[in-house]
Amino acid sequence: MPNTFARTAAIAALLAGAASGALAQEDNGSILVQSTTSTANSGLYDYLLPLFEDETGITVNVVAVGTGQAIENARNCDGDVLLVHAKPAEEKFVEDGFGTERTDLMYNDFVIVGPEADPAGLDGMAVVEDALALLAERSATFASRGDDSGTHKKELSLWSEAGIDPAAGSGDWYRETGSGMGATLNAAIGMGAYTMTDRATWISFENKQDYEIFVEGDDALFNQYGVIPVSPEACPSVNAEGAQTFANWLLSAEGQTAIGDFVVDGQQLFFPNAPEDDTAS
Amino acid sequence: MGEALALAISLVASGDADLAEIVALSLRVSLSATLLAAAIGLPLGALVAVGRFPGRGAVLVAMNALMGLPPVVVGLVVYLHLSRAGPLGFLGLLYTPWAMILAQTILIAPIVAALARQVIEDLHAEYRDQFRSLCLSRGQVIGALLWDARLSLMTVGLAGFGRAVAEVGAVMIVGGNIDHLTRVMTTAIALETSRGDLPLALALGIVLLVIALGVNAAVQTLHTRAARSGAHV
Repeated sequence: MPNTFARTAAIAALLAGAASGALAQEDNGSILVQSTTSTANSGLYDYLLPLFEDETGITVNVVAVGTGQAIENARNCDGDVLLVHAKPAEEKFVEDGFGTERTDLMYNDFVIVGPEADPAGLDGMAVVEDALALLAERSATFASRGDDSGTHKKELSLWSEAGIDPAAGSGDWYRETGSGMGATLNAAIGMGAYTMTDRATWISFENKQDYEIFVEGDDALFNQYGVIPVSPEACPSVNAEGAQTFANWLLSAEGQTAIGDFVVDGQQLFFPNAPEDDTAS
Repeated sequence: MGEALALAISLVASGDADLAEIVALSLRVSLSATLLAAAIGLPLGALVAVGRFPGRGAVLVAMNALMGLPPVVVGLVVYLHLSRAGPLGFLGLLYTPWAMILAQTILIAPIVAALARQVIEDLHAEYRDQFRSLCLSRGQVIGALLWDARLSLMTVGLAGFGRAVAEVGAVMIVGGNIDHLTRVMTTAIALETSRGDLPLALALGIVLLVIALGVNAAVQTLHTRAARSGAHV
């Protein structure tokens, strides 16, 4: 069969043609959200976005990465909206001219989880600083994100408030995974380490094994999410109108109610707290 | 493992539309990248195989070393070029399947070139005297060698395809793992792993393996048929 090769090539060319046909996407009326992972991994967007898309006809595409990377991508103008959780970094983003305005969107909290056996004896501790001090004192294995994400920034600030430099134990009891929350939870569970996670990721995480929450409820563990449309002045390529429509919707009474209505296993994951004047509009 | 296998079977049997979409995109991206890499790598490999030029040794070492390109580095370089802040940002290709095809092409073109070079060099050694007696031009020699080695080169293409369809580092960065737009098998597996849904992640892994098996079986069939008809293997 001398034509076999030619035929293979023809089939391959057809496949490539089919590919290019399917790839021709019209991206009118779509926006790209650079987002933290917790909102995506917990399924919040799967719940919210269809509501928004049905109402406005705007397609929302989400790139879910750590807060540090999301901000960096948005600074490169590779996104129309930023939805993350590291207020100082967000404010700097706006100050530097990359965002039009930062608004509080919703909150939840961080928790410290560990193995049921609780080798460090964290059970019953209400103050996160004391818990961290105990972990360091007993050199209990702790898995840190180590990736400049919102959760990582928060964790570092808590260590610093507790007057501890965990880097001294790096590679020993303090293990920086350099990866996302889910991957860090998997790693922590794999090595019997404690770790800090946002509650949304924890509740929707399906590989908990014998892990449970040991420290929660301290005001210092508050986790605020903010939304920022990327500025068309800094980034002329953005879909500014679509971005503003999306931000307005999230901050509206309707969007806020929808955020509050999202539950996993009967538990509310995110608590809307947009400023009142935005909610009213 | 048993749970994952059962899940994989039920996913496929139920004809899950999302899964079908993800599988189709994986195949489109990686097959397109394989074709592009072949279009670049085969002539390049052949040229180096038959050519004698100063610095050839260095080129060989470089080609072979590039087979070990880390996907995440390729992803990063492509991201920096396609980003709106980068030199090719105006094309608006970032976070589209095109960006993924480009990254995978860069990743596997050296593999195709380096392996093709070896195959063709061996064949060339066999035929050199014959070519010389026929007074063929270099272009004709390369054409004849590529044609004669086509079956071995299919395997070379498969090696490239295998690397492309299995990598996650590059497509994650330049595709962004966007649902219904740039999500492929490997990024979906990474996502389910990070959600802690390990059985589903493993089930998707099994589906990916079966797809790779299917592609290889299809090429093997062509290979066997063609070999029976007398082509050089």
